[in-house]
Amino acid sequence: MKLFFIVFLNGLTLASLYFITACGFTLIFGLMRTVNMAHGVLLLLGAYIGYEVVEITASWMLGIIAGGLSCAVVGAFLQAFILGRYQGDELRQTLITIAISIILADILLWAWGGLTYQISLPEMLQGGIKLPILNVGYSVVRLTLIGMAIVVGVLLWLLIAKTKLGIIIRAGVDDREMLQALGFEIKKIFIIVFAMGAALAGMAGVIFGSALSISPGTDIQFLLSSLVVVIVGGMGSVGGAALGALLIGLAEQYGLAYAPTYGVVFTFLIMVTVLAFRPQGILGRAEK
Amino acid sequence: MSRPLLLIMVILIILPAFVSDFWLNQILTRSIILGIAALSLTFLTTYLGVVSFAQITLAGIAGYTIAYFSPNTTGLGIELPWLFAVALALLFSTLAGALVGAIAKKSVGIYSIMITLAISMAFFYFTRQNYSIFNGWTGFSGITAPVIFGLSLEDSLVFYYATLISATAAGFLVVKFTSSPLGLAVQGVKDAARRVRAIGIPTTPVIIAAYAFSGFIAGMSGVLNVWQQERISSFSVGLSPTIDLLIIAVIGGMRHPLGAFIGAITYVLIDTFVIDLFSRDRFNMIIGLVLLFIVMAAPQGILGSFLSARKRIKKYDNNAIKRKIKNDCEI
Repeated sequence: MKLFFIVFLNGLTLASLYFITACGFTLIFGLMRTVNMAHGVLLLLGAYIGYEVVEITASWMLGIIAGGLSCAVVGAFLQAFILGRYQGDELRQTLITIAISIILADILLWAWGGLTYQISLPEMLQGGIKLPILNVGYSVVRLTLIGMAIVVGVLLWLLIAKTKLGIIIRAGVDDREMLQALGFEIKKIFIIVFAMGAALAGMAGVIFGSALSISPGTDIQFLLSSLVVVIVGGMGSVGGAALGALLIGLAEQYGLAYAPTYGVVFTFLIMVTVLAFRPQGILGRAEK
Repeated sequence: MSRPLLLIMVILIILPAFVSDFWLNQILTRSIILGIAALSLTFLTTYLGVVSFAQITLAGIAGYTIAYFSPNTTGLGIELPWLFAVALALLFSTLAGALVGAIAKKSVGIYSIMITLAISMAFFYFTRQNYSIFNGWTGFSGITAPVIFGLSLEDSLVFYYATLISATAAGFLVVKFTSSPLGLAVQGVKDAARRVRAIGIPTTPVIIAAYAFSGFIAGMSGVLNVWQQERISSFSVGLSPTIDLLIIAVIGGMRHPLGAFIGAITYVLIDTFVIDLFSRDRFNMIIGLVLLFIVMAAPQGILGSFLSARKRIKKYDNNAIKRKIKNDCEI
């Protein structure tokens, strides 16, 4: 029973990370129909930058901000100068993001080597606390992570539901041409959204690097989890990303705990089941 | 068979007489095997309109089957006569292809990329976790290629010709399949699925058949690959070979079956020689830049660009002649 709850908490932490990462992915996909295959490598870039900043300034918050901001800049650059030129040609864009992810991953490997890095945490988040009822210790940073995912989710919801930018983004998801016809500078909006999505990846990278550790290969793990999460949850939907992340995170952890040699099969089965009954994802909308 | 194709075949048949063992093994044979795998991808892309990331998985399934049923040094599996092993390998890869098709049947374009990628990565992690069939990380090693009609496939010249025959058969199958009624239905599904349904052809079996066929072709390359490498492990079905295959297809061009092989030889040449000019460690950066350049500047790939350039020159010539005739008439 104890194991069951510990695994549940582990699943939640993993789901939180998946959610923050997949949010950026689904945001970009929802508006621009671009499958950003460089999303994982952006996460790795953010994590490395965050590591350096934390080492220099000894401030964890600054590390997260720096990781997010640097990815936002790279993302905006990609959309403005490379991807934006092929808007509407999604397949070509996808291939371009694959090429960029290969190149960027190699640059990162060059700069930071194949070592494993761990970002040092502020004292407040180190160690563990004793959980009530269960009477077991659990690491504070993992619990904080769950809180952070909720904060990110609420902030994104507020942004999309309540602000002017959110209204424009929603309108763009529904009808891009109409938005353009109404005189909104769609190119600028695309760049902003791409930067936002990349920033989320970068921040997730720093958080992941503090809670666990980062090394080459982390990028692929998170690209794939983002893919599966949005396939299951529904492409372009933030709520779907939350639901998908929860399902996949829990399935992965329970699979690992109870059926170590067949763990992946659960994730795969969830995906196949969803695709069989709702090809657009649980909360996704059907393509017109 | 057209004249240029015949010329290429003749060159490929007599080439072993002029090249070293290294070239024969590492460049030619390897390119042809990669080309068959890429062919299974370009077939799906050109005729069904989907980009599948699962082709390495399908090849891997055939490869694992061969490894399991062949003599190997891992101590896992059952030894079967080569003919049965090959038949089983191709059967499994075809069935796996059908399964991928059944899962991805409703997705086209970028959606198919995401779903097939998720499938292939699930398989990759599965091979790593599972020790009873796939032997985990380490996989199978020391696999011996069989002796066929008294000729050992361990011999590089024999193996080269076996690969060449397989590649020709694969190309021939693709051409025959695409002009068969089923192949035409596949192209119909790509262009106008609704109309295909309207004339009474259900689209799902057609899509599954196309994937299954691509699984068969991919399986051919999987079998040959294991015989050449003499080993297979989870890394053979990982993300990096999966993306390499896409790069090969994009570099060569998707429109014509030959594009896959042109892409493969280009990739292998870059892999073997261009690297020496820079540093071995930066291979990924170079191949990434090549991909970026091809996608941005020549989206039809090398073969596509060559063909359209030739067409343009021909058109220009025709126009010049027409103008001349016109001028002559006016005078």
